[in-house]
Amino acid sequence: MIKNLKNKKLKEVIHLHDVDKFYHMGESLVKAVNKMNISIKEGDFVAIMGQSGSGKSTSMNLVGSLDIPTHGKIYLDEKDTSNFTESDLAQLRGKKIGFIFQQFNLIPNLTALENVMLPMLFQNVEEYERKQRAKEILMLVKLEHRINHYPGQLSGGEQQRVAIARALANDPEIILADEPTGNLDSKTGEIVMKFLNKLNEEGKTIVMVTHDKNLALEHAKEIYWLRDGRVEKITRKIGNEWRKISNCHTSK
Amino acid sequence: MIKDYFILSTKNLRRRGVRSWLTLLGIFIGITAVIALISLGDGLKLAVNSQFGVSSTQLITVQAGGLSGYGPPGSFVVNPLTKEDAEAISRLSTVELAIPRRIETLNLEFNNKLQVIAAGSVPIDNTQEVYELQEISAQYGRLLNKDDVGKVVLGNNFVDSKKSGFDKEIMPGASVTINERKFRVIGIMEKKGSFILDGAILMLEPDLKNLMDNGDKASIIIVKIKNKDLMAKAQTEIEDLMRERRDVKKGEEDFEVSTPEAMLATVNQILTGVQMFIVLIATIAIIIGTIGIVNTMMTSVMERRKEIGIMKAIGARNSDIFLQFFIEAGMLGLIGGLVGVIAGVGIGYLGTLGINYFIGSETAPSINFILIFATLIGSFIIGAIAGITPAMKAARQNPVEVLRS
Repeated sequence: MIKNLKNKKLKEVIHLHDVDKFYHMGESLVKAVNKMNISIKEGDFVAIMGQSGSGKSTSMNLVGSLDIPTHGKIYLDEKDTSNFTESDLAQLRGKKIGFIFQQFNLIPNLTALENVMLPMLFQNVEEYERKQRAKEILMLVKLEHRINHYPGQLSGGEQQRVAIARALANDPEIILADEPTGNLDSKTGEIVMKFLNKLNEEGKTIVMVTHDKNLALEHAKEIYWLRDGRVEKITRKIGNEWRKISNCHTSK
Repeated sequence: MIKDYFILSTKNLRRRGVRSWLTLLGIFIGITAVIALISLGDGLKLAVNSQFGVSSTQLITVQAGGLSGYGPPGSFVVNPLTKEDAEAISRLSTVELAIPRRIETLNLEFNNKLQVIAAGSVPIDNTQEVYELQEISAQYGRLLNKDDVGKVVLGNNFVDSKKSGFDKEIMPGASVTINERKFRVIGIMEKKGSFILDGAILMLEPDLKNLMDNGDKASIIIVKIKNKDLMAKAQTEIEDLMRERRDVKKGEEDFEVSTPEAMLATVNQILTGVQMFIVLIATIAIIIGTIGIVNTMMTSVMERRKEIGIMKAIGARNSDIFLQFFIEAGMLGLIGGLVGVIAGVGIGYLGTLGINYFIGSETAPSINFILIFATLIGSFIIGAIAGITPAMKAARQNPVEVLRS
């Protein structure tokens, strides 16, 4: 899965182009996100960073194609999502993106195994294959002895690992993580981040939304700094240093 | 994929055990009632039909008064039929035979016990025809023929010492006292499963006339038609004749000409009417049960909004969400229907056995598989329809809103 990064022009897996997201709160217009441009390249590790109110939650929903923009366009897998039906968009999303949430968000009355099998159900994978693959992935996250447990019977760290396994179920290109370590202690959090790094080394694109500056600086290769619904700056790790770069990306 | 949703919904319903059962209650009660009552009604119809026991299509009965419920035919009638009426009927073109019969209640004494029993006369002429038309045959001994004065034939119940009420079985050769006169039993009839015959006495007409000492009245005239195709015409002819003889106008008859089918039809009509009425009420229960399902499912959708959001995030389409909840509602209906069917069939079965015990019929409890199958499918459909609105609501949930921590 290791791609030859030197000679190929990298694919833009997700691209937000001049995206606005406005809400009506009673009589006033709330501009959650304003003229936002985000470009996620294949194989990258991008952090979208900001405090509460910066628009990072809204950005995550837009990046994950869970939400549609008020203005502007979102491209997923180089396809314009504004042309998609809800059904097709759900299918594409299920195939291309794996979600990891701060609050794990596992289905409570399904076992760990069944939770991991679920995304594949929506992609019409046969039951036997679903089960086998789910078992394999749970082995990857070292939970093979807990596959028949319910989320209520698992610790926070174990639940997040199940969530990661679920995110990997359809072998997506992109992992979208919303505060992945937010509900975990530092030790467990480290394990989770190590795992995300490993996935990135194996070629997966990671997009992480967080308020934790240090987490972003330690693990990401590129950081979008958000404030008041806009991208304030973008920095990239080149060598051991962080350099500020403009909104327009040049291909490497 | 659909199969997976069935498994998923069973899991979900089990998780909310008590609430699921409470929701089912309405549907379950309604369906139990429908099945039980239809089964009971059918069983009752069969039992009652068997009481009449006549399947001859060439037979018409004439009796004075209407179809009264009290006592044997022809009792408590102001203007009874006569032998002459029978003779007049037999002269009609469509009629082959018209046989007058008397039916009276007598005191039968045996083994120092006394009971009031119904007795039917057997005419000296046309004895065999009467036996044929009324499908009478002997199990023990033999039937009466025209020389058997002073002798009687009894119904099958008298062989059973408990059932007859005499504490001793009566078999051919026994001597009984009827209205203080001695008679000898020469035969016992075959069991008909009908109290009309199984508990009755047969004796020759002159004997019965002597016992009663009240003239030549006829309680009932049984008429054999020449040809079953002439049935309608015969009925009209007889009615016209009787109206003339008794000097009554059309619509004001004080007599009844009926085919056994017509009598049964009346009874069946009444029974069916009662069945339908109760089924109607049960249907109301089912409707209420359906509303219960709608209510439960709506609550379920609201409680599981986050789950729906998660599923959409991991790739579920609106149609996937819709199907899940739709099937879950259908399952609720199906399970309610299943339990209702089992209970209803059970009640119907026990009820039919009860009817048999009381009437003395021998109806086999009917299990109508088509009804059961249709009910099961119907209850799933009812549940599913109830689930449409909640399922649509579920599908419309916006993942962004519901995932907001």
